[in-house]
Amino acid sequence: MDLFPDKRILTVSQLTSLVRGVIEENFEHVWVEGEVSNLSMPGSGHLYFTLRDAGAQLRCVMFRAAARALRFRPKDGVGLIVRGRLTVFEPRGDYQLIVEYLEPQGIGALQLAFSQLKERLAGEGMFDESRKKPIPRLPRRIGVVTSATGAAIHDILNVLERRFANVEVLLRPVRVQGEGAAAEIAGAVRDFNRYRDIDVMIVGRGGGSMEDLWAFNEEVVARAIHASRIPVISAVGHEVDFTIADFVADLRAPTPSAAAELVIKSKEELEAGVAALSHRLGQAMRHRLAGARGELESLSRSLKDPSMLLGHLVQRVDHSYERLCAAAAAGMRSRAERLDYLRNHLRLVTPAVQLERARERLISLAARGENAIQRIVDRNRESAAVNAGRLHSLSPLLTLSRGYAIACRLPERTAVRDGGSLSPGDRLDLTFQRGGALCVVEESHD
Amino acid sequence: MAVEKFETALKKLEEVVRKLEGGELSLDESLKAFEEGVKLAGFCSGKLNEAEKRVELLLKQKDGTFTREKFRLEDER
Repeated sequence: MDLFPDKRILTVSQLTSLVRGVIEENFEHVWVEGEVSNLSMPGSGHLYFTLRDAGAQLRCVMFRAAARALRFRPKDGVGLIVRGRLTVFEPRGDYQLIVEYLEPQGIGALQLAFSQLKERLAGEGMFDESRKKPIPRLPRRIGVVTSATGAAIHDILNVLERRFANVEVLLRPVRVQGEGAAAEIAGAVRDFNRYRDIDVMIVGRGGGSMEDLWAFNEEVVARAIHASRIPVISAVGHEVDFTIADFVADLRAPTPSAAAELVIKSKEELEAGVAALSHRLGQAMRHRLAGARGELESLSRSLKDPSMLLGHLVQRVDHSYERLCAAAAAGMRSRAERLDYLRNHLRLVTPAVQLERARERLISLAARGENAIQRIVDRNRESAAVNAGRLHSLSPLLTLSRGYAIACRLPERTAVRDGGSLSPGDRLDLTFQRGGALCVVEESHD
Repeated sequence: MAVEKFETALKKLEEVVRKLEGGELSLDESLKAFEEGVKLAGFCSGKLNEAEKRVELLLKQKDGTFTREKFRLEDER
């Protein structure tokens, strides 16, 4: 050991303290087995003994609190498995085991296996509360995994007999102890999960020795329960017995009877529940009716006092009347305006006015007509004078006055312009300025 | 209603009571709810007096299927 190269010299206490530290650090949790000797329990309540085997011995002390929790009393010569931490008792320079737990050898092997499996499965999170499924309140069908001839099914059916039994029990019979029991139990749990038609499962058996209950500490059972989609209640042995199945189950019942009581509701309990609900139903309805009655009373109170009701009505009428008046006034105003407008308009279109206008128009038209006629007459008169002058100048009479005569052949009385057209014997009427003469053609010439 | 299960009826009864206690129903609806509640309560009480205990064995056949069989407890003690 090269810890102290400078040859530092320690006191015994210092060395012992160092050794103690090394030992405590490295052996704080050990399991060890051996035979008990030199057992003593002085007045302090601590338990002192030596564990030995063929080649060595180990001083052990179990302090009072731990010793008091022991369910059995160790004796000299008995094989023990103990768990504890190693330390050094400095006043004597002895190292010793402070024992926290001990059990008789034999069962101890099982217990060791139990503890180790429990630790391992806990480490995997298989006991986590968050993984636990809720247990249905009123299951319709309960699956039971246990022996068909054991105490567990007997107890469960007893509970069923006593309690409200609108529930079916479906037993999947298995062996619950001995070789192969664990595999059967695990298989049955899986069978129920394949069968599906149950709401909850009780897995367990009646009381027995630790070996008897051992199947429920097997890993295969733990894993089957853990994998179950149907909630599992474990019910193994008596109240004091804990198995791995209990830790992994969704709920641990201390006994099979207790498991049955958890899921098979008592008739009395349910009756009380229905009664309580009925009571509440009645209360609620009475309360509702009281409320309605209150409303009715307040309504009929206002009926009983008609003046109040009338007051309301009058007020409503007044209010309506006001609104009506306002509306009417507004209507009247707009109508008056319209009336004025119409009156003015009417004034403009009254027949007297129209007649007057027509008369004026007539007079003006008459005047215009007169003027027009006058103008036409004047124009015609002038024109007639001109024409008369012109006519006068063109008149044959003027020519006749100058000595010309007009010869007209008889009997046609057509004016003769060509002497050649006449034949001897034709009769002619001659017209002079004044009077005429009938003549007969003797001879014509050009 | 006759085929209804006890559990369903009990749950419904709870609902009806809660609704009625809530006080949000009209008087008419309240009366209807009350009548339904009375019926449900009667049904539940009736069911509680029917004892339908059935205990069967779930047996696994060679082909892996399951059968059910009436179970009678042989009192070994």
